[in-house]
Amino acid sequence: MANQSPVSTEQAENQARLSRIRSGLARRHGRERRFRLYGLLAIGAALAFVVILFSMILSKGLPAFTQATLTIPITFDAELLDIDPRPTLQDGQSPADLRAADLRWQRDATMLNWNSIIEQSVRELTGDTQIAPRDLQSIIDNGERFKLRDAFVANPALAGQTVEMQLLASANADNWLKGNINRDLPDAQQQLSADARALADRLYEDGQIRMAFAWHIFTNVDSRSAPASAGLAGAFMGSLYMMLVVIVLAVPIGVASAIYLEEFAPKNRLTDLIEVNINNLAAVPSIVFGLLGAAVFINYFRLPLSAPIVGGLVLTLMTLPTIIIATRSALRAVPPSLRQAALGLGASRTQMVFHHVLPVTYPGILTATIIGVAQALGETAPLLLIGMNAFVAAVPGSPFDQSSALPVQIYLWQGNENRNFFEARTSAAIIVLLALMISLNAVAIFLRSRLERRR
Amino acid sequence: MYSLLTIALLLALLSIAYQQGWAVSRKLATPEATRLHSRPPYHGSLVAIWTIAPALVILALWALFGATASRAYIVMNLPAEIVDQGGNVLQSAIQRVRAIASGAGVAGEVQPYEMAAGAAFRQFQNLASATVLGSAAAFAAVSLLFARKRIAVRLQARNEVERIVRYLLLGCSAVAILTTLGIVLSLVFEAARFFSFVSPIDFFFGTVWNPRFSTTGAGSGEYGLLPLLWGTVMVAAIAMFVSLPIGLMTAIYTSQYASPRMRSLVKPVVEVLAGIPTIVYGFFALVTVGPFLAAFGQTIGVNIRATSALTAGIVMGIMIIPFISSLSDDILRQVPRAMIDGSIGLGATRSETIKRVILPAALPGIVGAFLLAVSRAIGETMIVVLAAGNSPFLRANPGEPISTVTVTIVNQLTGDQDFASPQSLVAFALGLTLFVMTLFLNMAALYIVRRFREQYE
Repeated sequence: MANQSPVSTEQAENQARLSRIRSGLARRHGRERRFRLYGLLAIGAALAFVVILFSMILSKGLPAFTQATLTIPITFDAELLDIDPRPTLQDGQSPADLRAADLRWQRDATMLNWNSIIEQSVRELTGDTQIAPRDLQSIIDNGERFKLRDAFVANPALAGQTVEMQLLASANADNWLKGNINRDLPDAQQQLSADARALADRLYEDGQIRMAFAWHIFTNVDSRSAPASAGLAGAFMGSLYMMLVVIVLAVPIGVASAIYLEEFAPKNRLTDLIEVNINNLAAVPSIVFGLLGAAVFINYFRLPLSAPIVGGLVLTLMTLPTIIIATRSALRAVPPSLRQAALGLGASRTQMVFHHVLPVTYPGILTATIIGVAQALGETAPLLLIGMNAFVAAVPGSPFDQSSALPVQIYLWQGNENRNFFEARTSAAIIVLLALMISLNAVAIFLRSRLERRR
Repeated sequence: MYSLLTIALLLALLSIAYQQGWAVSRKLATPEATRLHSRPPYHGSLVAIWTIAPALVILALWALFGATASRAYIVMNLPAEIVDQGGNVLQSAIQRVRAIASGAGVAGEVQPYEMAAGAAFRQFQNLASATVLGSAAAFAAVSLLFARKRIAVRLQARNEVERIVRYLLLGCSAVAILTTLGIVLSLVFEAARFFSFVSPIDFFFGTVWNPRFSTTGAGSGEYGLLPLLWGTVMVAAIAMFVSLPIGLMTAIYTSQYASPRMRSLVKPVVEVLAGIPTIVYGFFALVTVGPFLAAFGQTIGVNIRATSALTAGIVMGIMIIPFISSLSDDILRQVPRAMIDGSIGLGATRSETIKRVILPAALPGIVGAFLLAVSRAIGETMIVVLAAGNSPFLRANPGEPISTVTVTIVNQLTGDQDFASPQSLVAFALGLTLFVMTLFLNMAALYIVRRFREQYE
């Protein structure tokens, strides 16, 4: 080949090789670009999920923080309030008997016809004599009569007076005014009658019904009969008690075992076993901890059902591995020079750990605590198995009382039949839960930066 | 009142003991030449520990057995006919006696025997709390004196205190073992009770899940695990199908391509997904993803139900993305720099380096991360409870509702079932299955990841 015009053949070969390399390079660079694009697409997808999730929760939940509220002069009609004066302590009466009598009186007060008082007051406000009592009542929340009752029980002198009060509109009226329900649906599919809808619209236009901030979401307990006034107070306290239990138990135990495993444990079968154990526990599904709680705490130790103390114990066991692992990595990050310096100056091992190593890891331990508490705060499944999904309409006074928890309340609300209303209410509860978690993390970041600066 | 008094007593004891130990040892140390083996605070702590320990033991014993003892005492003082009736009658009688003794009184007429029992119980209570507190204080005092006598120049108080501290730390780390033991024992025992109703073969190989909700009669209904297991596997597979590509590509991009600035921006945002409670994902699936998929299926002519394996799987996949991406990111960054530089130096493009050098080197770690993610998907509960439709049948179509092991555990234990019925106990057999499956996956994953670390360390 080389005999015939070697130069041109060589050139041709070079040309061919070059073009082969060029086309190969182009192909390879194309692949490179596509690969990078896939990466960007993946990141884009992940970020898009975050955005979609949050915008969905916010757009659904924020409207629920304002609720249709009717400002109305309520006439406490003395004729309708036909009841004896409130009992007082008689001579020779035991406190328990007085309490029983008082409870009887309060029950009688509850049985008074509050519905017609509300009905009369609304009728007076509208000046409409034709509209049916049921329609009048249907735009006011069912639980608002208890507001009247409470006002009366607190001050029986109200009988015969007229007082301006703020009453929550019913969930159906709220749905109607907010447009959560399709306004074009035929009567048969509407929750409110045509008259009640017209009434609600008129009151809204006249400004007697306003969209007011729904404070009761934070102050009321859950309610089934009066969905509009259902709130998170009970669930919030329940969650708070559980957090307390977790902080009191999981943090000291977790930090102590992390210190032992990282600083003292001799290398032997036992510590190996503990180590494998902790790593496995960290990956055990949370629901299995619920089964443990149901079998051991509830069925064996007979601790009360639905109590935050049991929930707290279960969550403690569940978060322990998280706290241990995070604390250990914080301990491991302490430079060996610090330990050597302490030991070299004659400190014992315990002194070295508690006087020198541990103070340096406070920010790390704090982070571990927050991670653990946040995990416990959002956990639902194990709580369902120890009866915390029971309907509890009271704020727990102690960790031994029946209670709900924030994530469980979300679970209960999403299952409510009044979907139109409770979809927004559930999202609002989710916003509260997420806000709580975000503020926990923010506090952690703040404290961390302060602690780190002090060193 | 009682507990406040106890706490005050304990605190007083602690401070007295500490002060005593400190002062006595301090006096021993003379300026002339005598040097204590341990410094006074250690002597103080040692005396305090000696003092408080017996008191704590006595109080713990009372906390454990006190309730039983006082109940037995009340029963002893009640007339025989009430005790014989047992049940609610006895329970309410005991409560009335307690109320009378506490001074709150009870509503209604008070029987003379109740009055007498109440008075006796009040005495018993006073006596018992006096005895408990008194003996705790007495033991504490004796042991305080003893510990005080032990104080000497040569006493190795520091070493003793440190040894006690070390045992306390060991005790704390034993809690993890106790937890595992508790899980295994409770699952195994309750599952064994279940298997006394239903044969294990019917359970593990049965293809029909239909536990009838009748509380009486043994083995009513059919308890076949396979439909539930199938649902679990299907949802987990869909979840991995969503999360593995997205998570892995995210990790590759952030670890290999992204500028530090972009990395520090993207990583935390993606990890936000990991911090969101699963119930929120469940709600998201139910309200947004489900209806969207159903509408999407309609436009392309496929029947997809709003609550289906697909809905639950996709949302679970989204939840797992940060799990895979952060684990893989760690692993990808552990691949030695020299290998990457070598490949680039030979003229490979970045993507070729990633595909031919980094990924094969990191493969064991990524497999480990994958297994951990699968174990998480299998154990995930709330998303499937809300979005999978709870329909325990063997179906191959992911657009149909299914049920999983975790959902069934929740369903079986949240009803009004008697705890001892097979309908409730089956939850523990399911839990045991779940536990063994995840344990196996975790062990495999941890083993693989550890091997991978050792390879490059």
